[in-house]
Amino acid sequence: MQLIIDNYNYWLVIILMMAGFYTVISRSNLIKKIAGLNIFQVSVFLLYISIGHVKGGAAPIIEEGVKLYSNPLPHVLILTAIVVGVATTALGLALVVRIKEAYGTIEEDDIHKQDQSL
Amino acid sequence: MKHNLILKIVSKFLIPLIIMFALYVQFHGDFGPGGGFQAGVIFSSAFILYTLVFGIDTAKIIIPPALLRILASLGVLLYAGTGVAGLLLGGKYLQYNVLASTNIAGQHLGILVVELGVGITVASVMLIIFFAFVERGRN
Amino acid sequence: MIDNLVDITLLTFLTITAIAIIRLHNLLAVVMLFSIFSLLSAGLFVVLDAVDVAFTEAAVGAGISTVLMLATLALTYSHKEEKSEKTPAHTAWLPLIVVIITGSMLIYGTSDLPAFGDASGPSQKHVAPYYLEKSMPETGVPNVVTAILASYRGFDTLGEVTVIFTAGVAVMLLIGRRRKTKEKNKAGEDIET
Repeated sequence: MQLIIDNYNYWLVIILMMAGFYTVISRSNLIKKIAGLNIFQVSVFLLYISIGHVKGGAAPIIEEGVKLYSNPLPHVLILTAIVVGVATTALGLALVVRIKEAYGTIEEDDIHKQDQSL
Repeated sequence: MKHNLILKIVSKFLIPLIIMFALYVQFHGDFGPGGGFQAGVIFSSAFILYTLVFGIDTAKIIIPPALLRILASLGVLLYAGTGVAGLLLGGKYLQYNVLASTNIAGQHLGILVVELGVGITVASVMLIIFFAFVERGRN
Repeated sequence: MIDNLVDITLLTFLTITAIAIIRLHNLLAVVMLFSIFSLLSAGLFVVLDAVDVAFTEAAVGAGISTVLMLATLALTYSHKEEKSEKTPAHTAWLPLIVVIITGSMLIYGTSDLPAFGDASGPSQKHVAPYYLEKSMPETGVPNVVTAILASYRGFDTLGEVTVIFTAGVAVMLLIGRRRKTKEKNKAGEDIET
């Protein structure tokens, strides 16, 4: 029981991670793959922030009378990671637009068939 | 489009409020949640709302894409330039202590200028990407 | 107690949304659910006391990412076409097995992590107390995350601004111009105008 109370947050976040990972490797539509990749990224951020969370602590903004703060270092790392994630998503979507113009479809199986039949 | 009279009037009321909120978030990032990235994204969302309601041609008269490209580079130049200013005034690269008379004033000035550079770059790049997607679809 | 309850409720909603994204075929619904996912995760970040991160995730995930995905949908599917993915021909057993094996290895690996919310874990001991104590006297900025981002770890933020600038340049290179229409001349070859 103590094991569940200590770790339930991590287990649920890992289930989310695996849901995103499954979307990336099993579905063949390119837009769904990018959505799955974003789900994977957000759940990794949740894992980091859960490690930095302190029970009974406040947000890391210095105020009078507050004794316990959450760890500010994961927040900084994840802020950078979110912005890099949106840059990657924008670039991936631009590539999807170009693939559609070149192949006429965005289903991965059809793209492979067109490539192999050349 | 004749049907979006409500949209036009409501967005004319909302867009100045969104821009003001973006400036508030940018300059109060020292004292509460906020900072450069959030402010840049909110600022660009005001112009994206304008483009969605009034059309891309009107939006390009207000913010010409050439200006956006200049602003994007200006933000990165501001950030790197603050580092070089630290070098020229006798300290190390990106050391804010030497920028003003006291340590704390120098840190305040350095953090303000750096966050401003970040906000300008993020806002212009989001708008560049959005305009590129919209322009590709027109023949 | 209430904190834990809100935590578990938000995580359950997130899992239901993720499973719905996997199962749905209509792409417009997938994009809308993706936006809801981002907003729910921003709420979860607030419960975990990460207010800066929640702000950025709500603005970027539920704002910019959704708008760009809708623009891509408009560009890749024509107006009258049904915006849905092709139904897969066979159920995918190999990805499911890979996912289950990876998930169980990760869950086994979490037994080494400190307990959730522990104030004496190894990540709270080394650098974080230094930043929390010294940021006010050294920089005078109450928001510790901004002080670390802009002053103590300023190099990383410079790299991040360069990354976002490079992404803008790359998108401009890929789809910056109007689409070239291809015509065939009399010999049947493609010429581009």
